[in-house]
Amino acid sequence: MLSRTADQLYWMARYVERAENIARILDVSYRMSLMPGDSSEGDSIWASAVQIGGNWNEFNGRYGTINRHNVIHYLALDEDNPSSIFTCVHGARENARALRGSITTEMWESLNATWIELRDIDVEGLAHASYQDFFDWVKERSHLFQGVIDGTLLRDESYHFIRLGGSIERADNTARLLDGKYHVLLPRIEDVGGVLDYYQWGAVLRSVSAFRSYHRIYRNVIMPDRVAELLILRADMPRSLHACFDHITETLDELCGLRMYECRRLAGEVHARMHFGRMSSIFESGLHEFLTEFLESHGQFAVQMQRDFLMIT
Amino acid sequence: MSIWGGPVGLGMRRLIFDEMTCSDGGARLAYRQISEWLKWSTLERLRQSATEAEVLFRRLGITFVVYGDEDGTERLIPFDIIPRVFSAAEWKRLSDGTIQRVRALNMFLHDVYHGQNVIRAGIVPDDLILANAQYQPQMQGLDVRGGTYTHVAGIDIVRVKEDEIYVLEDNLRSPSGVAYMLENRQVMMRLFPELFSEMRVAPVDHYPDVLLRTLRDVAPPGADEPTVVLLTPGASNSAYYEHAFLADEMGIELVEGADLFVADGAVFMRTTEGPKRVDVIYRRIDDDFIDPLAFRRDSMLGVPGLLSVYRAGRVTIANAMGTGVADDKSVYPYVPEMVRFYLGEEPILQNVPTYVLRNADDLAYALEHLDELVVKEVHGSGGYGMLVGPASTKAERQAFRAKILDNPSNYVAQPTLALSTCPTLVEQGIAPRHVDLRPYVLSGETITVMPGGLTRVALNEGSLVVNSSQGGGTKDTWVLEE
Repeated sequence: MLSRTADQLYWMARYVERAENIARILDVSYRMSLMPGDSSEGDSIWASAVQIGGNWNEFNGRYGTINRHNVIHYLALDEDNPSSIFTCVHGARENARALRGSITTEMWESLNATWIELRDIDVEGLAHASYQDFFDWVKERSHLFQGVIDGTLLRDESYHFIRLGGSIERADNTARLLDGKYHVLLPRIEDVGGVLDYYQWGAVLRSVSAFRSYHRIYRNVIMPDRVAELLILRADMPRSLHACFDHITETLDELCGLRMYECRRLAGEVHARMHFGRMSSIFESGLHEFLTEFLESHGQFAVQMQRDFLMIT
Repeated sequence: MSIWGGPVGLGMRRLIFDEMTCSDGGARLAYRQISEWLKWSTLERLRQSATEAEVLFRRLGITFVVYGDEDGTERLIPFDIIPRVFSAAEWKRLSDGTIQRVRALNMFLHDVYHGQNVIRAGIVPDDLILANAQYQPQMQGLDVRGGTYTHVAGIDIVRVKEDEIYVLEDNLRSPSGVAYMLENRQVMMRLFPELFSEMRVAPVDHYPDVLLRTLRDVAPPGADEPTVVLLTPGASNSAYYEHAFLADEMGIELVEGADLFVADGAVFMRTTEGPKRVDVIYRRIDDDFIDPLAFRRDSMLGVPGLLSVYRAGRVTIANAMGTGVADDKSVYPYVPEMVRFYLGEEPILQNVPTYVLRNADDLAYALEHLDELVVKEVHGSGGYGMLVGPASTKAERQAFRAKILDNPSNYVAQPTLALSTCPTLVEQGIAPRHVDLRPYVLSGETITVMPGGLTRVALNEGSLVVNSSQGGGTKDTWVLEE
């Protein structure tokens, strides 16, 4: 397969996944902002959304004030923000358009329809309708797209590069979300196990569709260390770092065949940490430090993957 | 493709040749079944078929219909369900004539880039070649495989009478439209299988196979299993769907300039399994953009260093570089002479009589008869910078006269032709509409004309403009077997 084709498949999948994750970040911020607290807390929630999903300097330069309206505008619909939902859907659709010969008609139609609908949404209209309806819609469109891939696409190289893009983006987002929210919640750590924790970590869990799973698994109150464990180490939790790296290593094995690539070794290293790691030692060395290091090695791996397969130098 | 402008004057209307109906009202032999079919089909039924055809086009076209930039809606060129038919004998003449012409043009190109006997023999004036913007000095002295320059040619043909057929234009660079030929046939076979069982229509579906064989034929020596790619300017190009369609049908990679690179004196493409050597490039980008090191430095479409590999004979580019010097309007008038010069044969197909305004006599005649002639710029295309005499106003003619006198060498003039008509389903019912034809000629180790081609039809009454941007559509072209 042409490297460019693989690259376009990879980025199409990453963009769709990123759009969904931005919607999830906005969703959790919105839920948190509805909870009792003073207004400075509200601002810090929205500030953390910018930190997780965007670029702080860019936001400050163009919007100045942190508030719900501005952050939602910036992360959802801003055409100049390279990772807004708008830009991501557009990027995914443009890649898909160039890939018409390599993807199924259903895939193209689903992405194109999303784009056509999104194009007509403006920020005022969004405020009048319901923010949460919009976030749900973005998630639904992403789920539809993934369902269409699963239901229609031949399991060949194309499929593997799409899966790779989705898993790489998802791992990145889960780590950022966890790290970002951990920061917000840190001043409140003395309230561990308290009512506020329930709502705030509950919001994080809901944002990754893990609220019910948490209760099924732990059958206990929401504790930050368990939330972290669920989203980092549990292989059966679809958005956890462990699950993402299960997918990544499986997919790389399909793509590598008998050849040994540097990116496969790097992925193996990260995977081993998820597979054999213990929550207690992660907390001992610090969750934030762990996540920072994860994001760094994850980034290195992704760059190496592009070098190995996409001939990007 | 060039435009034939303006409505035909009333005086000419009576002289127009209809390909189905004779002057006595009977059907010509090749159209016998079509005529019967049209007689027995209600207009309602035909319109229903036309609607079905459109649905099929949208469905068959899924992988290659052009999507508009903004909302992703499909743009389809109108399709007429009534086929255009040629008898075996008619086709033989067209086929022999186009093959003869392409052979001569290939020999001309070889000669231009080698000994230039054609200039020394006084057949073609030297400045028309050497001062031509399409002449590529880099090709001088270069031997291409089998002496073939124009592997894929589209010869535009118009018919005026039963036996009066003219070549309007040769397209030797990268002619497009062949996807319509294939798509139209698929739709017709789905809609009217009974017509195909009654009439022995020569198939065209194997075009991609023949094209691939042609391209493999001309691979550099030593490439046993040559890798062929199709080089496209990218998704924003108007013919992109055709590029994607052909690559898909041939099972070859559709590459853009950035997918290819030159290393160790060879061309490679970037793949997920590393660099892969490329032997033949079927390019659908213009000469000037093919190698930014050799031609346009600002080209983002080409491959730096490609020309040096090409010159070393380690990759084949099809069509070859520099073929434009043979399909230029200023060279066109000399093609019949080329046929005589290189092949020692009389041309089977005639040129449209052309006045070359750099010649004083022709200039004088043209200025006298501006209201009857079509005047074209020699390097123009797409209908720009031309005067259609019968449709022009006095003021327009006067303005054009000044332009001609300013630089007569820049113009040629031709009589306004009454193009033949074919029955066509239009709003008012079935009515004759003007048509032209582009057959495709493939030259590798052998030379082949696809039995069919792209028939374009001017859907507006009396119009001679077959371009899709101005109310033109397409028809399936049927060649009957003996």
